[in-house]
Amino acid sequence: MLSRTVLSLALAGLAGRTGGAAPPVDQQYLFEARQMQALSLSVHIPLVCFGIAFPVMILYAEWRSLRSGDGLYRTLARRWSKIMLALFAVGVVTGTILSFELGLLWPVWIQDFGNVFGLGFTLEGFSFFVEAIFIGIYVYGWDRLSPRLHFLSGLPIAVAGVTGSFFVISVNAWMNHPTGFTLSDGRAVDAHPWSALFANPFFWSEYVHMYFAAYIVCGFLMAGAYAWAYLRGRRGRYERTALGICLSAASVAAPAEGVVGDWAARDVAKYQPVKLAAMEGLPATTRGAAEHLLGWYNGHAVVYGIEIPRLLSLLAFHNPNAVVKGLDIVPLADQPPVNVVRFAFQIMVDVGALLALLGVIYLFIRFRRRRLPEVTWFYWAVIAAGPLSVVALIAGWITTEVGRQPWIVYDVMRVDAAVTGAHDIPVGYGALCLVYLGLAGAVFWLLRRFSRVPLPVDDEPPGGSGAG
Amino acid sequence: MLADVPMVFILVGITAYTVLSGADFGAGLWTLIPGGGQTDAATTRDHTRHSIGPVWEANHVWLIFILTVAWTCYPVAFGSIVSTLSIPLFIAAVGIIFRGTTYAMRSQLERGEGRGVRLVENLFALSSVLTPFALATVIGAIATGRVPVGNARGNLITSWLNPVSILAGVLAVAFSGYLAAVYLAADARRLAERSLVHDFRIRALASGVAAGALALAGLLVVRAEGAQTRALWHGLTSGAGLAMVCLCALAGVLTMILVWLNRFGLARASAALAVAAVIAGWAAAQSPRLLPGLTVRQAAADPATLTATIIGVAVGAVVLVPSLTLLYTLVLRGRLDTGGSSGGGDPFVSSRETAAKVTARPMRPAAAAFAVASLVVGVGLMVFAGPVWAAGVGALLLLACAVTVFALATSPPAG
Ligand code: HDD
Ligand code: HEM
Ligand code: HEM
Repeated sequence: MLSRTVLSLALAGLAGRTGGAAPPVDQQYLFEARQMQALSLSVHIPLVCFGIAFPVMILYAEWRSLRSGDGLYRTLARRWSKIMLALFAVGVVTGTILSFELGLLWPVWIQDFGNVFGLGFTLEGFSFFVEAIFIGIYVYGWDRLSPRLHFLSGLPIAVAGVTGSFFVISVNAWMNHPTGFTLSDGRAVDAHPWSALFANPFFWSEYVHMYFAAYIVCGFLMAGAYAWAYLRGRRGRYERTALGICLSAASVAAPAEGVVGDWAARDVAKYQPVKLAAMEGLPATTRGAAEHLLGWYNGHAVVYGIEIPRLLSLLAFHNPNAVVKGLDIVPLADQPPVNVVRFAFQIMVDVGALLALLGVIYLFIRFRRRRLPEVTWFYWAVIAAGPLSVVALIAGWITTEVGRQPWIVYDVMRVDAAVTGAHDIPVGYGALCLVYLGLAGAVFWLLRRFSRVPLPVDDEPPGGSGAG
Repeated sequence: MLADVPMVFILVGITAYTVLSGADFGAGLWTLIPGGGQTDAATTRDHTRHSIGPVWEANHVWLIFILTVAWTCYPVAFGSIVSTLSIPLFIAAVGIIFRGTTYAMRSQLERGEGRGVRLVENLFALSSVLTPFALATVIGAIATGRVPVGNARGNLITSWLNPVSILAGVLAVAFSGYLAAVYLAADARRLAERSLVHDFRIRALASGVAAGALALAGLLVVRAEGAQTRALWHGLTSGAGLAMVCLCALAGVLTMILVWLNRFGLARASAALAVAAVIAGWAAAQSPRLLPGLTVRQAAADPATLTATIIGVAVGAVVLVPSLTLLYTLVLRGRLDTGGSSGGGDPFVSSRETAAKVTARPMRPAAAAFAVASLVVGVGLMVFAGPVWAAGVGALLLLACAVTVFALATSPPAG
């Protein structure tokens, strides 16, 4: 086609690129750009967890109030919905930063591959539309919509939480296992976005894993607040009910997360062997590979760790004698930083195991004794579990994203080929750090305000004090 | 043809964003200068804040829509634009953070809380001015052809700090203030707040005159800038571009008359028409050029991507249009208004009596059996299954188990 030839000429203007692997610009601030991207994602992702899980928990409470006529559940749902709205506002703005930033920092990535993965973001946009529209109706409609209608107006929020994360994760899965296009002169042509995003075998484990993680994070963080209240002597029916819902949501998700994580690990072993080798610190391709707990990778092997023979082969391929590929299948320049990936992975798994244990303990007591646990350490553990689950969440993403290095599109485009040529990155990075610090302060302040609104007077109009 | 459709989506998105979110930004402007009317400053600010409450987040999503369609369908142009215009875009992004966060915070503060309130309010107002300004300088830069194709090939400063861009920025601020005043007057009418109606009517008239004058000045600046903007000037003064400029002027004057006559509802519509006309005029003036040396068709992605996006947007619209209609209908009918309604809340005490109804039920054995079965089969499938679909079924069973256990665990009220 003629227009294609013209386009190639125009593209030749893209700073002397010579195919996918050559760095087209000399960006001395690549490291800062990556840090900046990671920072913004780490700020956004805990809020996303609330976007996914919180509407469901709130609707559950409202549904209980509809069924039983118990005003307590309605109060609960109503108070939570105000927190949801405020966190949603922060999720909206941090997400907007991300959509700017992906373009600002990695324009060549969008230029060359936006035609393949962009659809995921476009569809995600519609989910956000639905979420934002109905969150407005739900939170501002408590007084003037009939109870049933009000409940129904909340359902689209929950659905949009599912679909929104579905579409975003599909993009990330594509970056990790890119398919559905032909590579020509370093850019994607002949793109098939539907199959690239949604027929991607790497996608499903990643999505399900994230979905459960959202309930763990949201559940334990909320439960932590009520556990704190419990320890300070606020143990009324309201606090106990709230604690029960939050803790139950997190406790059923936490043990399940380990099973899904095993599935995710096998997908990594299949599609990204180098990442798996980095997660495990496996220098060379090995039959019957051992698993190492803790320790340090010194460039040749894991030292000072606890070695469990053949366990890695068993976990990754369900066969103690399976061959696991090592880092040496690619040159050193194509290997991710092993210790970062490995520590992040171990932190996630160890924290995950602790959280699963805590969840099982809770469910056990709940079903055996038909009540909340009474020992103090349990409540301290729940308070700790909130921040810890965020740590696991971020650690998991560091495993995924740093483990993909040096590729932005795995095995197709390197990060240094994707980065912007603009030289204002450090200024932006510094400014963004300050902005996020302020944001963190604001969120903390907001949540404290919410927890201090006195309980029995819930008859204020929703916009009066709680709506954000 | 196919290559132009997503551009139409983008233009519709820009129009919607300007008309809807523009008014939300403009509301921020009026909290910065709330004085001078019959109503006191605090009441004016409260009115402004309450009326954007239920809608500003939904309105904001148009920006996300514009960005994602642009980077999917015109990736080369998008990459060039964001890399050259990284500074104003970054400013806009920071402004967006500040506005959203301070809005959430202000809603948590009582009027009387002194200095903190003032600080939060000022941050909210300033970011509401800064963001439309920065975004409009981006439009100015594109319209005057200052973004060359390539990775940060344009001048990082003068591409957006030039007379046309700056004027576009100021115009955007004035125009959003104007839109906001019209909407706020209409909302005040609905709430039967006489003096607020009076104030915002005057503000609308004043800012309308300012916006009109700035628009005229803008045309003169485009003309005066010479070589750089010759193509734009030519486009705006001939053919479809000229027609749109005239339509905009007509709609602008009509809006002023309607505001004068207190017909705020109709004024909303004609103000939206004026915005649509400006944007269409800009598109006509620039068409078919997107960036210097790059036409819309050359910039477009493969047909498969364009088709996928068009299908995606069409399906999305089926969901979106009824949802938006519902939201705005509820808002315009006052169903989402705050304040005034006292009896609606649910006094917590009422739960005492109802609590008795919820007697502790024994754990249902059938549910427990289902939970165990789905756990075993689900985990089995996920751990040992080969194909993705089997693992997916396993995941669904695991989810079913989680939901059942959750229901059991929360069923008789805890404790
Ligand atoms: C609360 C959070 C949380 C918890 C408790 C766990 N994970 Fe996780 N994990 C995540 C949160 C997370 C995550 C942040 O959501 C990641 C990043 C990317 C993704 O999709 O999920 C992730 C990624 C991730 C990956 C990498 C997938 C990839 O590279 O694409 C593996 C192999 C695991 N996880 C495995 C596990 C195992 C075996 C766990 C055992 C207990 C575990 N995770 C607990
Ligand atoms: C679906 C969503 C996501 C997308 C599309 C995405 C995309 C990207 C992109 C484009 C980069 C820059 C290129 C690179 O360094 O490889 C990146 C890096 C990174 N991302 Fe993600 N990301 C997503 C989710 C996340 C989340 C939620 C986190 C949470 C912490 C995260 C953590 C990181 C880190 C740590 C890096 C830097 C890696 C490095 O430079 O070593 N990502 N991501
Ligand atoms: C890297 C890429 C990402 C980008 C560009 C991005 C973009 C956005 C944007 C623009 C919003 C605000 C929507 C609005 O205006 O209403 C948002 C919120 C949200 N994002 Fe992200 N996001 C990214 C990563 C993620 C990830 C990894 C997930 C999910 C797992 C996710 C899920 C959500 C959800 C559920 C919301 C709704 C807001 C909330 O409920 O707090 N996003 N995101």
